[in-house]
Amino acid sequence: MFFDLIVVGASWGGLDALTVLMRGLPDDFAVPIVVVQHRSQDAESLLAELLQQWTGRTVVETEDKQPIEQGHIYIAPANYHLLIEDDYFSLTTEAPVRYSRPSIDVMFGSAAHAFGERLIGVVLTGANEDGSRGLQCVYEDGGYCLVQDPATAEVATMPAAALTRVPHATKRALPEIAGHLVDVARNGPPATYVRATA
Amino acid sequence: MAVSLTPEGEVESGAAALGRNDLEKLEIELLLEGVFRHYGFDFRAYAYSSLRRRLWKRIEAEQLSSVSSLQDAVLHDPAVMERLLRDLSINVTAMFRDPTFYVAFREQIVPLLRTYPFVRIWHAGCSTGEEVFSMAILLKEEGLYDRCRIYATDINDNVLRQAKLRIFPLERMQEYTDNYIKAGGKRAFSEYYTAMYEGALFAPALLKNVVFSQHNLVTDGSFSEFNVILCRNVLIYFDKSLQAKVHGLFYDSLATFGMLALGSKESLKFSRYEHCYEELNMREKIYRKVL
Repeated sequence: MFFDLIVVGASWGGLDALTVLMRGLPDDFAVPIVVVQHRSQDAESLLAELLQQWTGRTVVETEDKQPIEQGHIYIAPANYHLLIEDDYFSLTTEAPVRYSRPSIDVMFGSAAHAFGERLIGVVLTGANEDGSRGLQCVYEDGGYCLVQDPATAEVATMPAAALTRVPHATKRALPEIAGHLVDVARNGPPATYVRATA
Repeated sequence: MAVSLTPEGEVESGAAALGRNDLEKLEIELLLEGVFRHYGFDFRAYAYSSLRRRLWKRIEAEQLSSVSSLQDAVLHDPAVMERLLRDLSINVTAMFRDPTFYVAFREQIVPLLRTYPFVRIWHAGCSTGEEVFSMAILLKEEGLYDRCRIYATDINDNVLRQAKLRIFPLERMQEYTDNYIKAGGKRAFSEYYTAMYEGALFAPALLKNVVFSQHNLVTDGSFSEFNVILCRNVLIYFDKSLQAKVHGLFYDSLATFGMLALGSKESLKFSRYEHCYEELNMREKIYRKVL
């Protein structure tokens, strides 16, 4: 594997987009995936259960100090920021960042710092600009950046903002994202991808 | 050797020189060591990524460019230390925060406490006291308050002073009232406070059996034996080693069959004390010491 971790950010329209992503990933694709999906702070912790229906991998809502394990999909809990240490998670209740807690930018930033060029960042549909700064961190720390083609997003604002900040990110239609992730994780980024130079 | 001199006498990094991230980690360790030795505040075992994030916020706010430059500023200017300290202490709280926790406490813990002649409760990391007042209200409504004593502690003296004032922002009373109702409150929330110009003043009777005192989970030891320890969303700021140490402190401070309540996304699962407790409520992370 060329990559050790995949981080995914989604907002408005994210549940449908994540469902497509989950259904498209083969069960034997074991790279851990971390998902921040914006939702209301009172939201019951149903997201993990909803996504679990579509995948044979284990989907869990993340707890503080939980280790990062192969084959798992980790969901950020509502009302906490999710941060990534070297091989485990930590949570914080610090102030929302650009109105979001969990914040995609915060999670992506900590993942980029911990995993560097072994990280893939993915920005999906959403009606705000969270994720674009985080994706920039992923890019600058040498990771691979993938953005849902805004034309295929329920709301284009978030992926469009990510592409503006990270013009070298690969753009793919939603149905192609799962297959592309598997391909890149196993075979490395496409030859056309321009990696950040240190 | 990490460093050698070129023939021209310039210093160059050798093969063992640190990468960018490791160098920053070294700078952060040096800063925290300096803060501890010069000011006595010990952040050395705080969770790294959130600490790093908050340090960089301070570095940018001070218009500096590196952790080392912040170290210089902090060590020579107590005002910078003061501002950094404010960034590093997280005092996010609310009355009846996570209302479902209070519902579980009423339904599962209160019946157990009724069998005790006297109940000692330690609220560790109580911040400005909102959750202490919430617990006092709950215990009053359950007719248990008179036989309870709540020891509410925090590392930060300022927040304890604030708590003792019994005054909370008026503009948050609507939110707190909603929480109180969801938490299974039995009366009208407004019965517990008087609205004044500057805020909502809570009834002095709520603090009758509350003792506020400064206690540092990082450096101080056990100070009594308790039937209940509440420590919700405090340990998340600590790294794994410090969490383990504090769990040891809680274990030592709990009576047999004493209850430990953590934040709803915290867990004993990843600590070595898991086998010493049984889960009373898995969702709300309420445990009972059995070993």
